Amino acid sequence: MSVNADQVRHVARLARLALGNDEIDRMVPELNNILGWVEQLGEVDTDGVEPLTAVIENHLRLRDDVVNDGNVRDDILENAPDAQHGFFAVPKVIE
Amino acid sequence: MADATAPYRIKGETGDWEVVIGLEVHAQVTSNAKLFSGAATAFGAEPNTQVSLVDAAMPGMLPVPNRECIRQAVRTGMALDAVINRWSRFDRKNYFYADLPQGYQISQLYHPLVGPGEVEILLDEKDENSVKQIGIERIHVEQDAGKLMHDQHPTMSYVDLNRSGVALMEIVSRPDMRSPAEAGAYLRKLRAILRYVGSCDGNMEEGSMRADVNVSVRKVGGELGTRTETKNVNSVRFVMAVIEHEARRQVELIEEGGEVAQETRLYDPDKNVTRTLRSKEDAHDYRYFPDPDLLPLELDEAFLEECRSSLPELPDAKRKRFEGLGISAYGASVLTAEVETARWFDGLLSAGAEPKQAANWTVAELFGALNRTGKSIDECPISPEEAAELLKLVADGTISGTIAKQVFEIMLETGDAPSKIVEERGLKQTSDTGAIDAEIDKILAANADKVEQYKAGKEALFGFFVGQTMKAMAGKANPGVVNERLRAKLG
Amino acid sequence: MSELTLKTITELREGFRGGDFSAREIAEAFNAAVVAGRQLNAYTVETPELALEAADAADRDRTTNSLKPLSGIPLGIKDLFATVGVDSTSGSNILKGFKPTYESTVSGNLKAAGAGMLGKLNMDEFAMGSSNETSAYGPVMSPWKRNDGGNAALTPGGSSGGSAAAVSAGLAPGVTGTDTGGSIRQPAAFTGISGIKPTYGRCSRWGIVAFASSLDQAGPMARTVRDCAIMLEAMAGFDPKDATSLNLPVPQWEAGLTTDLRGKKVGIPKEYRIDGVPDEINAIWDQGIEWLKDAGAEVVQISLPHTKYALPTYYIIAPAEASSNLARYDGVRYGLRDTPEGGNLDAMYAATRAAGFGAEVKRRIMIGTYVLSAGFYDAYFTKAQKVRTLIKRDFAEAFKQCDLILTPTAPSAAFGLNEKMADPLAMYLNDVFAVPASLAGLPAMSVPGGLDSQGLPLGIHLIGRELDEQGVLNAGLAIEERAGFTHRPKRWW
Ligand SMILES: [Mg+2]
Ligand SMILES: [Zn+2]
Repeated sequence: MSVNADQVRHVARLARLALGNDEIDRMVPELNNILGWVEQLGEVDTDGVEPLTAVIENHLRLRDDVVNDGNVRDDILENAPDAQHGFFAVPKVIE
Repeated sequence: MADATAPYRIKGETGDWEVVIGLEVHAQVTSNAKLFSGAATAFGAEPNTQVSLVDAAMPGMLPVPNRECIRQAVRTGMALDAVINRWSRFDRKNYFYADLPQGYQISQLYHPLVGPGEVEILLDEKDENSVKQIGIERIHVEQDAGKLMHDQHPTMSYVDLNRSGVALMEIVSRPDMRSPAEAGAYLRKLRAILRYVGSCDGNMEEGSMRADVNVSVRKVGGELGTRTETKNVNSVRFVMAVIEHEARRQVELIEEGGEVAQETRLYDPDKNVTRTLRSKEDAHDYRYFPDPDLLPLELDEAFLEECRSSLPELPDAKRKRFEGLGISAYGASVLTAEVETARWFDGLLSAGAEPKQAANWTVAELFGALNRTGKSIDECPISPEEAAELLKLVADGTISGTIAKQVFEIMLETGDAPSKIVEERGLKQTSDTGAIDAEIDKILAANADKVEQYKAGKEALFGFFVGQTMKAMAGKANPGVVNERLRAKLG
Repeated sequence: MSELTLKTITELREGFRGGDFSAREIAEAFNAAVVAGRQLNAYTVETPELALEAADAADRDRTTNSLKPLSGIPLGIKDLFATVGVDSTSGSNILKGFKPTYESTVSGNLKAAGAGMLGKLNMDEFAMGSSNETSAYGPVMSPWKRNDGGNAALTPGGSSGGSAAAVSAGLAPGVTGTDTGGSIRQPAAFTGISGIKPTYGRCSRWGIVAFASSLDQAGPMARTVRDCAIMLEAMAGFDPKDATSLNLPVPQWEAGLTTDLRGKKVGIPKEYRIDGVPDEINAIWDQGIEWLKDAGAEVVQISLPHTKYALPTYYIIAPAEASSNLARYDGVRYGLRDTPEGGNLDAMYAATRAAGFGAEVKRRIMIGTYVLSAGFYDAYFTKAQKVRTLIKRDFAEAFKQCDLILTPTAPSAAFGLNEKMADPLAMYLNDVFAVPASLAGLPAMSVPGGLDSQGLPLGIHLIGRELDEQGVLNAGLAIEERAGFTHRPKRWW
C-alpha cells in the first residue's frame, strides 16, 4: 500500500498536526519508503498466531476502591498555559 | 384506552411504518474512587478538585484499574443473565477533545467484560402475559470525560476534569425495541435492576445514566433502515420524545424522497427537536488498539463467586415472590418498582406483618401519606417495624381501623411508636361488655321511638345504634362486640 | 579534571565510606565537570544545588552511620524522567518549561537510596532517535573522536545520548537511561560504557514520559558492570502505580556477581551475521565468544528465525503506541500552546503540535496514526503483534538450548553527526541487534569490547532469559575483565 498527499493530509488531520503543503509533499515519499519497508512482514506466515498481549507473563492487578488521590488543584493547574478561576481555558468550543 | 400491547405504527402517506430502536446506556458505576485513579467521584465538587495527576494525563502517568468498578460491572452483567468474559481487555479509543485529557478514552471494544444478556419488560404493567425480552449485546467498562463550560467567558470554554476518569458501564442493547413505550419500559427496568444491584444510583438528573438512542424506520416487516444516533439523552421522557420525533422525521424525509443520513444527533429538550451533531463523513476514526499500559483483565472463580453471591433478589424475582404471598399483581409490581420501596416493604414483612394486609396498607395509606407530604420512602419517618406494630394492633383487635388511621397520622407527625401513642392517648379498643352494655342501655333508653320502629321491622336502624354506641365509646369499642351486644339487647 | 571524576561508582562508594573524601567533594568535582563539559551539550538542565544538598545529607549520614546504598553518589537523570520542580521536557519543545509537581518512581528510588542529581540529560525528542540529533536542545557531541585527525563531530548514539556522553566524558559516574528499542545499549556501545535494560516490568514506568508503553524500560548506564548492578538494584522494584510492574523482590545483583561461567551455555544466533556489517563488528563479536569460553561457558549455535522482521515489527508497534501516548501534548494542560489568530480548538491543537514536535516525532506520529487507522489496523498493527509473538517464541525456543545470547550491540561504531539524518531507514538500522530483545521484553546489556581501527568503542551485547539480569551481568563482567577496556576519550572540550 502506498499513500498519496491527500491521504497524508487526512492522517495529519487525524493526528492534529498542522502540516504545510511542502511538508506534506516531503512526507509522502518518506512515509511510503517506511511503509514499503515494514510491509515485508507480509512474508511471515502468521496463520493461527495470536497477537502478543503481554510482553512478560503478568496479571493485571486491581486497586482497592479507596480515595487516596485528587484534591491537588494547584498541582493540576500549575503548568497550564491558561488557567482561569480553577479551570483550564481553551478557545471557545461550539457544540 | 389504547391497548399497550398493540404495535406502534407511524402512519405515513405511503402506509404504516415500524420503528426500530436500540439504546446504548452509559451508567456511572457506584464507586468511591475513579476507574483508574484514586480521585473521588462525588457529585458537585469545586472544579478540578477531584482530579489526580493520572486524570489530568500528566506526562508519565499510568492507569491502575479499580477492582470495585470491575466487580460492579460483573454483578450487573450477572443480574442481566449475561455472559461474563473471564478474559477481557482495555482498548484506547483515540480522539482529540478538550474534555479528554489523554487524547484517548480507555474503553473496551474488542474484548468487553460482559457479553450477551437480556432484560425482561412488561408491555402492560398490569398484564403478566405482556412480557418481552430485550437483548443486551454487551456491557463494557470505560472512562467518563471531563466537562466543558461554555457560558463563563465570551471567547473561551472552561474545562473541569472532575468527571474525567469516572467509571462508566456502557450497556448496549440489541435493536429489539419497537416503540417509545418499550424503550421507556426498558430504561425503567434497567434502572431498577442497576439500583437493586447497587452498581449505579440511576440518578439521571446528575448524569449517572444517559442514553444514546439509535432509531431507524422501516415498512412493516421490511429491510432495516439507516439509523441515526441521538447522544446523551438524560431522562426516560426525553428518550421517548426523541424516538417519537426522530421516527416521524425519518418517515417524512423518506416519503418526500429523501434519504436518512447515518449521523450523530443532539436532542434539544426546550424545542423538542433533534439536530445534526456530525455526519458520517467527518466521523472520527478512533484507531482503537489495546492499551499497552494495561494487561488483559483475567477474573478468577473466587472473584466471580463473590459477585454472584453478593447479588440481591432482583425485581422480577421479588415481584413473583410477593405475588406468591397473595399480594395482587398490581401491588407486587408497585412495591418492587423502586428498590427502596421494595426494601422497606420487605422489612415490613420480616417484622411479621401479614402480606396482604401489609401490601394494601402500604399502597393505600403509606404511599398516600408520602405523596401528600412530598417525601420519599427513604425519608419516611416510620420504620417498617413500627408499621408492622401498627398493623398488628389492628389485626389483634387492640385498635380499630378508624383509630389506626388516627394513630398513623400521629406517628407521621411525632415519629412515636404506635403502642406508645395508643397507650398515652387511651386509644385502646375496648371489648369490656360492661362498659359497652352501659352505653347501649343509655342509647336505647334515649331513643325509645327508634327501638320501637326497629322492632317493628325497620332493620336499617341497626346501623344507627352501632354508630351511636361507637360515638359514645369515642371509637374505641370493639365493633364486633358492639354488634353482638346490640343484637342481644334488641332481641 | 579532578581525579574523582575518573572514578567508578564502586570506587567513589569505597573512598567515601572509607573517609578518603567527602560526598561534597565528589559533588563539587562533578558539578565542575558538568560546567566544563557544556560543549558536549549533554545536560539540558544543571542542578548543582541538588547534587550538593544530597552530598551534604550523605556526609551527615556518614557521621551517624546511617548511610544508604548510593549515599555520596551524584547521578545524571535522563530528561525523560519527571523530576519534581526541575524542567522535564523529554527533549521536546512541546514540553518547554514543564516543571512536574511529581517525581518518577525510578529517579525517586535513586534519591531515596541517597543519590544526588547533577542535572537532566539531553536525549532524542521523546526518545525517538538513535543519534540524539532529534533533541530540541540540539545534538549531543560524543566525547570520542576518530583517530584520523579529521576532528569530525560524532554522535554518542541515542536516544540516551546525553546520558552516554556524560558518563564517558566523566560528567557523571552513572546515569539513568531508557530503552525502547536499544536506547540504552546502542549509546553505551558508541561511547565505551556499560548499560543494561532490565526485564520489562522490573523498573516502574510511572513518571517516565511514555514513548512506546509495551517496550519502554529504564536502566542504568555507567562505567562498569558492577556500577550498573549497584544502580539497577536501587532503580528496580515493584510499583503499584504501574499496572505492568512486576511484583517480585529485587535480587541482590551486586552481591550475586561472578565471572565463573562454567556450566553456562551461550547461544550465537546465526541470523545476526548480516550483510554489510563491518568486519570489525564481527571480529569483536568473535572475540566476545572467546572471552566467554575462557570464562568457562560452552558456546552453541542457535537460530532466531524471525530476527529479520524485528525492526519492521518495531517500527509499526512503537510508532502506533507513540501516536496515542503523545496525544496528550495538546496545549491544554501544560507545555506549549499555539493558537492561530481566531483559531478554534482544533486549530490550536494542530498548530501547537506542529510547532512543538520535531520532524522525527511527527514522522512517527504519522506512521503510528496511519497503521492504526480504519482499514489498515489489521494489515499493520495486528500483523506486527503476531510477528512479535513469533519473535518472542524464537527466544523461548533458543533459551531451551542456551542460557544467554551473545551478539554485537550495534552494526557500526559511532557515526558522524548529520550522517544519517536524511535517511530515516538508515538511522533505524542502528538498532537492528538491539530491537529483538526489546520486543521480547528480555534483559539485555552492552559492555565495551574494544576499539575499532578508528579508535572508536565497540560494544558487545548480551541477552538473557526473562528475569535473568544476573546471568547477563555476570557474562558482562566476564567480558569486562577480559577486555580490560580502560580507554577514555581524549579530552578536547
Ligand atoms: Mg454511543
Ligand atoms: Zn461509551
